[in-house]
Parts: sequence; C-alpha cells; structure tokens
Amino acid sequence: MNPLKIIVLAKQVPDTRNVGKDAMKADGTVNRAALEAIFNPEDLNALEQALRIKDQVKGSTVSILTMGPGRAADIIREGFYRGADGGVLLTDRKFAGSDTLATSYAISTALDKMEYDIVIAGRQAIDGDTAQVGPQAAEKAGLPQVTYVEEIENIDSKHLTIRRRLDNGIEIVKAPFPLLLTVHSSAADCRPRIAKNVMKYKHARTLTELQDATEDYTRLFSDRPYLKIREMGADEIGADVESLGISGSPTKVKKIENVVFKAKEAKVISSDDKGIEELIVELFENHTIG
Amino acid sequence: MNNIVVYCEANGNAIAEVSLELLTKARSLAAQLNTQVEGILIGDDLKGLENQLYAHGANIVHKAEDPRLVHYQTLPHAKIVCDIIEKEMPQIGLFGATPVGRDLAPRVASKLKSGLTADCTSLEIGEHYDKKTDTKYENLLYQIRPAFGGNIVATIINPDTRPQLATVREGVMKREEINPPAKGKVKNWKVDELLSKEDFIVEIIDRHIEEKKVNIKNSGIIVAGGYGVGSKENFDLLFQLADVLGGEVGGTRAAVDAGFIDHDRQIGQTGVTVRPKLYIACGISGQIQHRAGMMESSMIIAINTDSKAPINSIADYVITGDFEEIVPKLINYYKKNSK
Repeated sequence: MNPLKIIVLAKQVPDTRNVGKDAMKADGTVNRAALEAIFNPEDLNALEQALRIKDQVKGSTVSILTMGPGRAADIIREGFYRGADGGVLLTDRKFAGSDTLATSYAISTALDKMEYDIVIAGRQAIDGDTAQVGPQAAEKAGLPQVTYVEEIENIDSKHLTIRRRLDNGIEIVKAPFPLLLTVHSSAADCRPRIAKNVMKYKHARTLTELQDATEDYTRLFSDRPYLKIREMGADEIGADVESLGISGSPTKVKKIENVVFKAKEAKVISSDDKGIEELIVELFENHTIG
Repeated sequence: MNNIVVYCEANGNAIAEVSLELLTKARSLAAQLNTQVEGILIGDDLKGLENQLYAHGANIVHKAEDPRLVHYQTLPHAKIVCDIIEKEMPQIGLFGATPVGRDLAPRVASKLKSGLTADCTSLEIGEHYDKKTDTKYENLLYQIRPAFGGNIVATIINPDTRPQLATVREGVMKREEINPPAKGKVKNWKVDELLSKEDFIVEIIDRHIEEKKVNIKNSGIIVAGGYGVGSKENFDLLFQLADVLGGEVGGTRAAVDAGFIDHDRQIGQTGVTVRPKLYIACGISGQIQHRAGMMESSMIIAINTDSKAPINSIADYVITGDFEEIVPKLINYYKKNSK
C-alpha cells in the first residue's frame, strides 16, 4: 500500500480550565499571556489517530499545521516529540482577530500549498468550544468531512473505515481519500513523548525564533536541516488579505460579561433528624413535593 | 424573503426536541421582526411531520424527500440547506447544537460565507452602532453564548452578512405549541437533480443508535450527585431518593467522567440544562460549568460536607453534612410525612 501523507491541525490554547480575573482584556478579548498555553486536548487525540495510521501504513508521514503567534511553534515541537515528522507554523499579523470563518480560510489556503491524503483535527478547541473550524476548512478545501471520530477501524488503499461517536450511539462510515476528520475526546489518548525524539528535536526552531536566539544556531542548522520549522504568512499561502483577520470575519463580539451568580440567602438546615424532618414538612407545605 | 429558517432534525417519526424549541423561539423573534418562520425538513418519507412544525410555529415547511436521505449525511444535507437558503434568502438561520447541527451548520456557513455562532444559550433582537464606520444597525440577532469555559458570556453579532446563523443548545429554550393551532404550507424541493453521486461518497456502513433512555430535562424533581458521591454504588442511594420523590437522577461532569453515572444524565454546560421545581445537589461543589446548567431550578437544596462550597451561594436550603447520612433521613421522613 502507498504511504499516506497526513496533516494534523493543532491549536495552542490558553488553559481555560483555570481562568483567573486577569485573563480578560478591557476590549473583551482574551489575554492569552495570563494563562498557561497548552496543546488543545482533542488535537492530541487527533495526533494519536495520525500516528496510528503512520504505524500501520509504512512510509507514511505526519505533519502538524498550526496557526497562531510565534510561540505556537511549541505545538510543532511537541508534535515532533511524540512522533510527527514535520510541521508548519501559519503566522502573520494579518491573521489577528480572525473568527472561525477567517481562520478556516487561512487554513484551507495553507492546505492548498501542502500535499496530503488525510487532514485530522480535534473536534473543538477548549478556548471557544465551537467545533466549527474543522468543517469550515473541509468545505473550503473541497473535502468530505467525518466528524466525532472515535477510532479508525480499517485502512485500505483508497478508504478509511471510521467509527463516529454520536450522542446516543455510534456510526460506522467508509470514506475515500482525500478527506478531513475531526476527532472526539472519547478516542484514544495521545502517546507520551519519546525521549529519543525530545533529544533530536529540542533545538527545532522557526526562523523568527532563530533571529531572537542568543546562541548561534548557524552550524547546528546546517548540519541538521530537519530542525528548521517552516513558517508561512499570508503572502506565502497566497491568501486574499480581505478574507483574513477582522475584515474577513463576519462575526463581531458586541459584549462580554463576566458570569455573576446572584447570591441568595440560604436557609441553613441542621443535619440531625429534627432538622431534616422540618425541611420535609416545609417542602410538603409549599407543594414542592407531595 | 427575510424570514427566519429553522433546520429541523427528523429522527424516524419524531422531530428532535431542540428543533421544536427553536421553532418556538423563532416564533417570538419573528413577531418582533414582523416576519415569518420557515422550517427545513430533510429525509425519507416525512409524511405528516410538517404538522409538528406547524404546531410549534412554522408558517412554511421546506421539504426535501429522497430514499438516499434516510440518515443524516453532511454533504447532501449541506447542499440542500444552502440551496434553500440561497433561494429563500432568510435573515436568520437556526440549528440545534446537536451532533448533526454542529456538523452541518459550519459547512453551510462556510459555503455561504456567513457568520455562525456556536452553542447559543439565548437569542435576542437588538441594535448596534459601529463607531469606525458610523453605521447604525437595527434588528440584529444577538447571539448569546458562554465562552472560555463558562467564565464569560459573550454577545456575538453578524452586522453585515446574511443569514445570521447560530446553533442553539438543547433544552435552553422553552418549547410551546401555538394556541389556537395554525396551519402552514409545504414547499417541496426536488433534490434528484441537485444531488450528485459525489455527495454520497461517505458511505454509512452501520449505525447503532439507542433511544434516549432517560429524559432528565423534563423531570420536575432532580437528585444530582457530584464527584463527592464517591462511587457508582453510592449513587444507588440517590436513585432511591429520586424513586421515592418521583424524580430523576443527574450528575456533574466530574461524576460522569469518573464513571459513577451515565453520560445521558450529565447536567451542566457540556450536558443538559435543567430547570426543575426541586434540585437536590449531593456532594456537588458547584463549579461554574455545573451551576450554569441548573441555576434556574425553582428550589435548590445543597448537601455538602464543605459549608463553603460554591453551590451553597445559589441554594435555598443548605445542609452541611455527609449525604450518606442525610439522604436516608430524607427518604425516611418523606415516607413518614406523605399521605
């Protein structure tokens, strides 16, 4: 069977599971700097599915495509550590302020410049939980989509057979290459870092990172060209600038409110028999139970 | 033209609950906008299903029937929905935030280059002034949704693109039939020419879909447990209490993730939203994501060993103690005092 080229779409996200007061800027946007940046959890599930295909089909390659600021290169290094073969950082000030539609436009335009049989993304990112970028990128790239992937059950020379996780059950579908998958959190966890890969790739850098580096990497990089992480901007992917960033985003944030729960005066009930019986009697009397 | 269109999910002989909730909401939005409500119904053999849509507010039902459409598939449904929207030009398009709606809506939005907001919990009509362009917008759809792990609520608008698209969470809008009943009309769409072989290249091999066994959303009394309940066995106690009270059992995400209780009983931002008349929270600390799914309950009793648990701030009654001792007492005194 011919080797497959797989691209994993991955996003660096603020860890929204721990949001403090300082996390929001006055304009309602997220102050990402105040939160720890992590590999979006379901994108790790997606990476695992890609690596499993690579294990099964000899000679296959896995590349990470991520869009974000310079520090999102961490996502590509993390991908290398776990078994990816390459990565591209899609970065440009012109992408700033993109909603899901503008983001999917940038991603699909970058995909047009790359070779692939399968694109795999996480179902959704924890900073927005929208689950929109995968299907939108698929539509723009002209690919069929299979969402909520739990497991790839079979691979033949032209198709994947896939188990999808739905609300109340599962669905098995067979879909031809090229295609885009979004992976559900119920899929297998990603394998851990491989020590050998960490040693090999810990100095992997983008050109921008090299320019900012204090050490001189010139010799290291001429000896080990695989350490170079490719960056692409709006010009390299040939994007229409009007379709990027704020001008390419039909949705606007009108207002952001912090969630405030109205505290009410609770009646404290004693946990002894007398307290509990009085509560029950009160609930009967006000017809809450009966 | 300029109506509100609701994509309605047909599951066999029934319309998904969320679709009926959306029609009900669309009806009140349409009244504000002085416009009409249209439903989209796609499937095979949909005989009579339009009546459920009329009963909940649809003035027009767009029907696309074909044997190949018996189960939902992304490509054909997206093509049909885009075709209907391009021809009918609604100002608003609504989808349930279900696995189907969340698969379909982004595909449609991308094709139409329209703005889409996911997982709304509230929809309103309002205005907007854009300082930069000195433009005033009227009658925009405010798409209101929790974001950032539930810590903020964002109001999103699509000032310049139409239709304004949104997916809406199940159970957050109330469903109500029209009284007196109204009758709308069906518009049939011929799809054999629209759909090509390429639209069916993703082939469904097999499906195992279980009917929803429990419906905690409509239960008047809910006994819910959190991670603090400690085990699947300990949840049995909550089931006994629910049984006695004539209610249902729910759980927090942490309890579901720990395997104490089934996913279809999960309450909160990633589960269902409930508003029963009585909510008894056992061993629930009250994370913001959980509170978001139950805070509209008429009465809340919090049972927790921690007297400072966040759940207590929204409770009507607080019992500080171990649910394992308190729940049997509740059962006991209920039995004693009920006639």
